[in-house]
Amino acid sequence: MNTEQIKGLAISDNGFIFDPTTGYSYNTNELGFLILKMLKDNHSKEAIIQNILDEYDISEDRLSLDFDHYIMQLTALNLIED
Amino acid sequence: MANPNLSSLDIVIAVTGLKTGDNPQPGVPVIRSIRNAGFTGKIVGFVYDAMESGIYAPDLVDMVFQMPYPSSGAEVFLSRLDYILKHTRIDVIIPTLDAEVIIYIRLANELKQRGIHTYLPTESNFHLRDKTKLAGFFPDKGISVPETVLLTEFSQLTDLEKKIPYPLIIKGRFYEAYKAENQSEAHKYYRDIEQRWGLPLIAQKIIAGDEFNVVAIGDGMGGAIGLVPQRKLVITDKGKGFGGVVVSNPALDEFAKNIISALKWRGPCELEIIKGFDNTLYLIEINPRFPAWVRLAEGAGQNQPAATVLLAMGHQVEPLPDYKAGTLFIRHAEDIISDISLMGEVTALGEVYYHKGNDKNEQ
Repeated sequence: MNTEQIKGLAISDNGFIFDPTTGYSYNTNELGFLILKMLKDNHSKEAIIQNILDEYDISEDRLSLDFDHYIMQLTALNLIED
Repeated sequence: MANPNLSSLDIVIAVTGLKTGDNPQPGVPVIRSIRNAGFTGKIVGFVYDAMESGIYAPDLVDMVFQMPYPSSGAEVFLSRLDYILKHTRIDVIIPTLDAEVIIYIRLANELKQRGIHTYLPTESNFHLRDKTKLAGFFPDKGISVPETVLLTEFSQLTDLEKKIPYPLIIKGRFYEAYKAENQSEAHKYYRDIEQRWGLPLIAQKIIAGDEFNVVAIGDGMGGAIGLVPQRKLVITDKGKGFGGVVVSNPALDEFAKNIISALKWRGPCELEIIKGFDNTLYLIEINPRFPAWVRLAEGAGQNQPAATVLLAMGHQVEPLPDYKAGTLFIRHAEDIISDISLMGEVTALGEVYYHKGNDKNEQ
């Protein structure tokens, strides 16, 4: 997973995201914000999932599925590459 | 690498194109940027009709003069200019409308004789950016242009599809562009545009991708004094950008610089560029003047109109500072309250004086 594009994003604490290379902007919720910040800081999927499991009451299977779905959305938006 | 400071500049600047509204002209934002560079001298508005809203904007211009349309010819234009020069000195003119730029280029010597400076390209460079010339000039320079067919006869539409598949764009040489889904629509748009703007027309392949606009000043030697790219965020039904954000994309900047370099463009311009989904950048259009959104450049850190004033006056101007990506503009329209007598002054006399007699630049 190539996350170079994410490193260039301007991510506000309120979940507003601006991509200065394209001019596109996005909104994400608290969890999406956390995942993006961790991806930006080069954390692995495993580390991100563990971090969320420590903070939220959710099963690992469900979280893993949701995480993969979120990554698919980011890929579709050209924010990460496979 | 500093923005121009015009506070000590004791000159008179004329600016054209004072209409705002649904199809805004660049004159008002150009003047705002010049004022924001500290300029306290006199600004003269050149207008074509009494409905140019900038005439009525408080504290915008010191004088307004109605000008003859560019189609009236050089003699009429110079005669009007000589009349105006009896009432005020003019040191710099910044033309902001497509149709008038060429007359200012052609009359550069006559203007100079009258002490008037401009900062514009040569006539041959001006013509190279004509929509009908882009596809012939730029691809050899490594600058992609969407596949284009020049239409000079209606019969060319018969087998146009063999060259460019539908849907495609049918464009006028100066104004208007429509998406034709099929030959029947192409026939209609051909006749419509031909009737309004004449021939030739342009058929162009549609490039799916993201559109960017760049405002820049070329130094006439291949370099750029300033360059700010934006992506339109709000687009009206007339295709006008009423909101946009400054982007930072090194490949886009490089592409824009290459265009200015290839043209050796001198003066302000607006580039329309599409980044195709194949990641190729395509040049769509070059407008030979500032765009109406030029204040975004000032907001992002480059006061390009102020730099143009200095360049016209022959000053050395360092490249402007880096722009700030993420700077946003949203166009905001408000009503100006005035009096019908002011419109009367424009229509009856063709001139308005707001600050006559007490101005330091008055002759």
